[in-house]
Amino acid sequence: MAISEKEVKHVAWLARLDLTDAETQKFTQQLDVILEHAGKISELDVKDIPPTSHAIPLKNVLREDKVGECLTPEAALSNAPKGEDQAFMVPRIV
Amino acid sequence: MEYESVIGLEIHVELATKSKMFCKCSTVFGEAPNTQTCPVCLGLPGSLPVANEKAVEYVIKSGLALGCDINLYSLFHRKNYFYPDMPKDYQISQYDQPLCINGLIDLDMGDYQTRIGITRIHLEEDTGKLIHVGGAGRIAGAEYSLVDFNRAGVPLMEIVSEPDIRTPEEAKAYAQKLRAILQSLGVSDVSMEKGSMRVDANVSIRPKGSAEFGTKAELKNLNSFRSLQRALAYEIERQTKALNEGRPEDIVQETRHWDEAKGITSTLRTKEYAHDYRYFPDPDLVPMEFTSDYVEYLRAQLPELPDERKQRFMREYGLPVHEANLLTESKAMGDFFEETVKLYKGDPKAVANWMLGDMSYYLNTEGLEIDETAVTPKHLAELLKLMDKGVISGKIAKEIFPEMFETGKLPQVIVEEKGMTQISNEEEIAKIIDLVLEENASTVEEYRAGKDKAFGFLVGQAMRLTKGRGNPQLINRLLREKLQE
Repeated sequence: MAISEKEVKHVAWLARLDLTDAETQKFTQQLDVILEHAGKISELDVKDIPPTSHAIPLKNVLREDKVGECLTPEAALSNAPKGEDQAFMVPRIV
Repeated sequence: MEYESVIGLEIHVELATKSKMFCKCSTVFGEAPNTQTCPVCLGLPGSLPVANEKAVEYVIKSGLALGCDINLYSLFHRKNYFYPDMPKDYQISQYDQPLCINGLIDLDMGDYQTRIGITRIHLEEDTGKLIHVGGAGRIAGAEYSLVDFNRAGVPLMEIVSEPDIRTPEEAKAYAQKLRAILQSLGVSDVSMEKGSMRVDANVSIRPKGSAEFGTKAELKNLNSFRSLQRALAYEIERQTKALNEGRPEDIVQETRHWDEAKGITSTLRTKEYAHDYRYFPDPDLVPMEFTSDYVEYLRAQLPELPDERKQRFMREYGLPVHEANLLTESKAMGDFFEETVKLYKGDPKAVANWMLGDMSYYLNTEGLEIDETAVTPKHLAELLKLMDKGVISGKIAKEIFPEMFETGKLPQVIVEEKGMTQISNEEEIAKIIDLVLEENASTVEEYRAGKDKAFGFLVGQAMRLTKGRGNPQLINRLLREKLQE
């Protein structure tokens, strides 16, 4: 196995996914197949190839420091489940 | 056992760009909640970030001023975690290819010099601001929280020191010097009060001479240089006590909150989450690659830095090292000094003495920075000129000083309003001296019998009768003349 159920549970928790035991089993099997397949790459000798962070040959895409239009607070908050005093409202944190 | 402390600082600085790091929203501080947001900084689907070139330039300049190596190839990564102040549920930051590495700050601690290494400087984005409702505004007892995303996405530079700092005083000196350097570069307004400079301190203790590290605590809520120094002193004392009294279990790796009013640190209750950030290169932001010509071009633009300024103050104005150090501790102090010297045209040492004496005393008592007061270099220069011309005595000048600060009135205005002009009229002073001699006949006898101290007493009496306005030189001369008659 390329991945254990324990690891899947951990990753699910990090992503705040509440998986049932059946789901955990199912995803472990699926992820295992994917990882095995991707693992084939490690058969290649890549020691002289730098890690690829981006597939497109682009660099230095930067913008000038200029201020532009912003959303109105009403628009910014329009999809928020709850708001108060022009701010997003969130449940207690701790 | 004798312990030594090991301190490392992580300092976050908001960069003084006009627009945010990855979008065009304004960065102006203190606006109404959520008036400076857009789909990019709110993390709405389909939006694309584009990096602000000014912010990148500011970080490289900071790195050069701090003696760093600049990575000619640098990347943005996503740091994944959940927190309500962060709309995307990841923070765009840098990971293994930050813009700058391997820098240093040299500290002059008065009786010794020390060098503090800088591990790295990277560029990231700030988070939003949380306002906790209920529970006295603290996160722990709050019923719910409100989020203002105006600050989310403001460019943030993180400067991580090596664990080279050994005392709370060094920590304060390091943070102050860093601030002075960034001020001279103009890359941030580095205000701890406004939160554009935020200091977190990692601190542990170990037996003196040991090469291993003890268990460290991370201190937060250090909102001033004073807090930084006090919190570290308290925490070192706490850890030392725990070890000396056989309670090593009291030192655990944790985040501790500094309470400025109570003067203690306590465990900060935060939601448990594994520091499993799963960094990966941000696919929306392509790599940055710089030529060494570009880096050298930025290096050539560096202004005079605090160390160079200190040397120049010693050379140009003949200031001793200690004074030069203090006057270059912040850009505002140094600027104030030079401007005053220019207006005054007199002895620069007199300017330094007033700034480091009465002025610093006042600023410290009021907890103000020089540029937060109504006093300008013109005020101090005029005051010194009035003294030089004999219009007021040094004693009167000291009296005028606080009022200058409070009202912003020029010294001559205060002098006129209060009738504080020095009495330099010979006839007037002579009359007063006659009165003093008459009233203190026995002291006069003592003086004539050879008791030199009696002279000082008589001068004091004359000053008292003139309410401190008598010209001291004139009183001295006339008194001596009269006594010899």
